[in-house]
Amino acid sequence: MIAAMRGARVGRLLIVYLLFRQITAALGLTSIAGPAQTVRPLLAPMAIAAAEAQAGPAAGDDERIPALAAATDNVGNFFGEDIFIAVGSILLMKGVLAGYGIELMPFELSVWAIPSAVAAFLIHAARLLWLDRRLGRGPGRKGARR
Amino acid sequence: MIGLGTVYVVAGLMFVAFAALSLRARRLGHAVFHALLALSFLAGDRLGDLGNGVLVLGLVAIAGTGLLARKPAPAAAAPAPRGNGLFAAALVIPATALAGTLVFGAFPALVDPRQATLVALAIGALLALGAGYAWLRPRPAAPFVEGLRLIDAIGWAALLPQMLASLGAVFALAGVGDVVGGLAGGAIPQGSLIGAVLAYAIGMALFTMVMGNAFAAFPVMIAAIGVPLLIRVHHGHPAIVAALGMLAGFCGTLLTPMAANFNLVPAALLGLEDRYAVIRQQVATALPLLAVNIALLYGLGFS
Repeated sequence: MIAAMRGARVGRLLIVYLLFRQITAALGLTSIAGPAQTVRPLLAPMAIAAAEAQAGPAAGDDERIPALAAATDNVGNFFGEDIFIAVGSILLMKGVLAGYGIELMPFELSVWAIPSAVAAFLIHAARLLWLDRRLGRGPGRKGARR
Repeated sequence: MIGLGTVYVVAGLMFVAFAALSLRARRLGHAVFHALLALSFLAGDRLGDLGNGVLVLGLVAIAGTGLLARKPAPAAAAPAPRGNGLFAAALVIPATALAGTLVFGAFPALVDPRQATLVALAIGALLALGAGYAWLRPRPAAPFVEGLRLIDAIGWAALLPQMLASLGAVFALAGVGDVVGGLAGGAIPQGSLIGAVLAYAIGMALFTMVMGNAFAAFPVMIAAIGVPLLIRVHHGHPAIVAALGMLAGFCGTLLTPMAANFNLVPAALLGLEDRYAVIRQQVATALPLLAVNIALLYGLGFS
């Protein structure tokens, strides 16, 4: 599915991956992706290739591109998984609060992860679009500056 | 009534199988490690606090002496690709967990309603296992062999969340929460809701950065500020206080090298020269997101 994105711009590619990661994590499938499962073999090489296509070969040497791929994986994982009702952090919260005599159902907790998940998507996606704009200026301008 | 005990028996039996397979492969360290986990699941409530503590120390001793460091057993020949159908099989688990959580509430005599989600999750895992057997027809031991390979590849890090959550609970019992609460109490203006919200959320993020995991920070911060101030004094909604506090902690996880498994290991896997390169890329998402979480907590939690 991710491989079908070949040829996309790097920011768009990572946005699609972010959405995929958040949705699958929200379904409890946190282990189908990750640094070893998807980022190193698939996402980072595709991101580098996309950046090179956008901004010239030098962009492929920029460590920030693969680092951003790994960062996107983390953001999608963290701000997706809490929507699933049987993930560790939800169960931990339920258990700790039960110790104070506050009984909560997992649903009550997981539903409040949704606004933050949307915010995480919007913030990170905006950064990725900004990256596309920056890289899109053409070869020779990127790299050294930030 | 099916409750947590039944789920623990299922998990315990899985670790019994892992221990037996490790023993057969003459990987003694792994065998003892999985046997201790099995004992904890099957008889943890009969071991007492001291017994469980000794068990945890045993796990740490095995992990700490590098007995788990050896390479996992090689993978069996890759199965013929089944395409997206495998994805559907994996979805059986969350679908069952979701359905069970909704349905079991109506049958309190059958399933402990407080544990409906975990019971449903366990049933989902067993259903997916059954579906996998029926569809793919592997050798009977195959799921356990592959499961063992997976958990050995993760190694002791598989226990990290539980260990850190326990550490947080020990901290909270030892009164760290009261100390932090006392410190925060001096800094928060009397009766200030926004002050308490800021102290709680930023405290979660900072404590997570120190501990490397929000699981360890949560029991401390909920004891320090969450329950006494936000829930009891300011009548915050417990679910919102807890959920957004945890997510504020996750923002801290994005910022700290202490969360090595998320932030340093990927940089190493990708062969990056700057081992903090992943963290640097996460700062500009984590900080605004922390601000959003604080705003959400303040805006939604106290109506």
